Amino acid sequence: MSGVAIAFWVLAAVAVVTSLLVITSRNPVASVLYLVITFFCLAGLFVTLHSHFLAAIQVLVYAGAIMVLFLFVVMLLNLGTPQWFDVAGTPVKFAALVLGVGFVGALVAAGVGDFEPGASGPAAGVDPDVLGSTEAIASALYSAYYLPFLVTALLLLVAMVGAVVLARRER
Amino acid sequence: MDWTGVGISLLKAFLVFFGVVNTVPVLVWAERRGSAFIQHRLGPNRVNIGGFTLLGLVQPLADVVKFVWKEDYVPAHANRAFYVLAPVLLLVPAAMTFAVIPFADDIVVAGRQITMQVADLNIGILYVFALASLSVYGIVLAGWASNNKYSLLGGIRSSAQMISYELALGLSVVGILMIYGSVQLDDIVHGQGEHLFGFLPKWGVVTQPLAFILFLAAVFAESNRLPFDLPEAENELVVGYHTEYSAMKFAIFFMAEYMAMVTGAMLIVTLFFGGWQIPWVESAELQAAVGAIPAALLQLGSFSAKLLFFLWLFIWVRWTLPRFRYDQLMRLGWKMILPLALANVFVTGLVLYFT
Repeated sequence: MSGVAIAFWVLAAVAVVTSLLVITSRNPVASVLYLVITFFCLAGLFVTLHSHFLAAIQVLVYAGAIMVLFLFVVMLLNLGTPQWFDVAGTPVKFAALVLGVGFVGALVAAGVGDFEPGASGPAAGVDPDVLGSTEAIASALYSAYYLPFLVTALLLLVAMVGAVVLARRER
Repeated sequence: MDWTGVGISLLKAFLVFFGVVNTVPVLVWAERRGSAFIQHRLGPNRVNIGGFTLLGLVQPLADVVKFVWKEDYVPAHANRAFYVLAPVLLLVPAAMTFAVIPFADDIVVAGRQITMQVADLNIGILYVFALASLSVYGIVLAGWASNNKYSLLGGIRSSAQMISYELALGLSVVGILMIYGSVQLDDIVHGQGEHLFGFLPKWGVVTQPLAFILFLAAVFAESNRLPFDLPEAENELVVGYHTEYSAMKFAIFFMAEYMAMVTGAMLIVTLFFGGWQIPWVESAELQAAVGAIPAALLQLGSFSAKLLFFLWLFIWVRWTLPRFRYDQLMRLGWKMILPLALANVFVTGLVLYFT
């Protein structure tokens, strides 16, 4: 097995196990931390795909900022006692099992068993060191995809203004 | 496999880590001496070896002995696993950040090009920010796992503060990235070797003075140092998130704080003060004049001198300025630094476009 394949299987296994632990652990703070580990593994997978910029952003935004806010909220609410919105009833568990098995079945049917990590590199003529670099992503975003980029930026701005309006104290 | 290359990388990683770890006790000593000097107090003058206090340098040794032998106490109501995990989570990112800082220019020895940084990543500064954003977990978890209301308040304060100032930290650097056209720290340092108007070093502080001030403020907030040490404000929160920690666990928090200080100072030097550049001395000419390895050592000396100045600045500020109030801190971060950083990016863009 090549180094990339070993890295892929280790990271993928850890990601799957920790994401299962996210939904099975009783302690919400532990759930948040398991999710952080999952995000780390995803960042590692991006690195094996030569997407260094995306990996850094994954850690910076998801693991470093969003999950800190999650942790913040979980700690303040002091969850842990059963709440009305806990989905632990037997019918829900059964439905989750059916859906999960169905999802894995669909993946196998789609040919996930033949997958070989690192077998297909970047397209011919593309330098793998340049592929996911900051420069490559920036030049793609600001030239070929400038319109979607601007629309996304506008959407985020609208959401931000909305959040400020909602959070503003009544005068 | 290129075993010599692997050996050189391991050696670099070891040397950098060794250097940084050993900066910590020296900094603690400098902090004690500095506080005594600034506030007209006595400072460490009792601990001695055979009557010699060595300017107080024996004090860190005594501190270490005390940390190791003190009772390692875990409060009864603490969440034990997270309580033990928290200091580790704080120390690991703090110790990993140095990997991308260049300490000298690349040298060629025996036909092999050696970069004077542990890892030359093409994401450069983003790696530093990604790791810096993780250091908040240690503080938040320490506060929560201690199961103490002062600790929890400290942890919550720090999470809000660090997220707020991370934005300021990232945005204030954007102007620098635009001027030097790279996110890689060695490119930025190389770019700072040029001169403006023939005599002024093209350092970041010359081209981006506003960004430097904003970055400096954000670095102080990110490393939880006075005047922004709200997470541990001792008159309100005892000492905040590490109230319940003792012995080596407390020492690790202490070390992580000082390492964060070193990281901050290294970033300031690298981004705004030319890194290893010696003013008015071209790196290539220096290497030709004195040889590759002495040139690298001279540049390392230049870097260290600048670094030591900024570490002293951290101590100087801590013992001079009073602490901010929490609402003042938030107002400064969101209503002053953030808009100014955005304006700085805009103006830099305009200037670059028209020149």
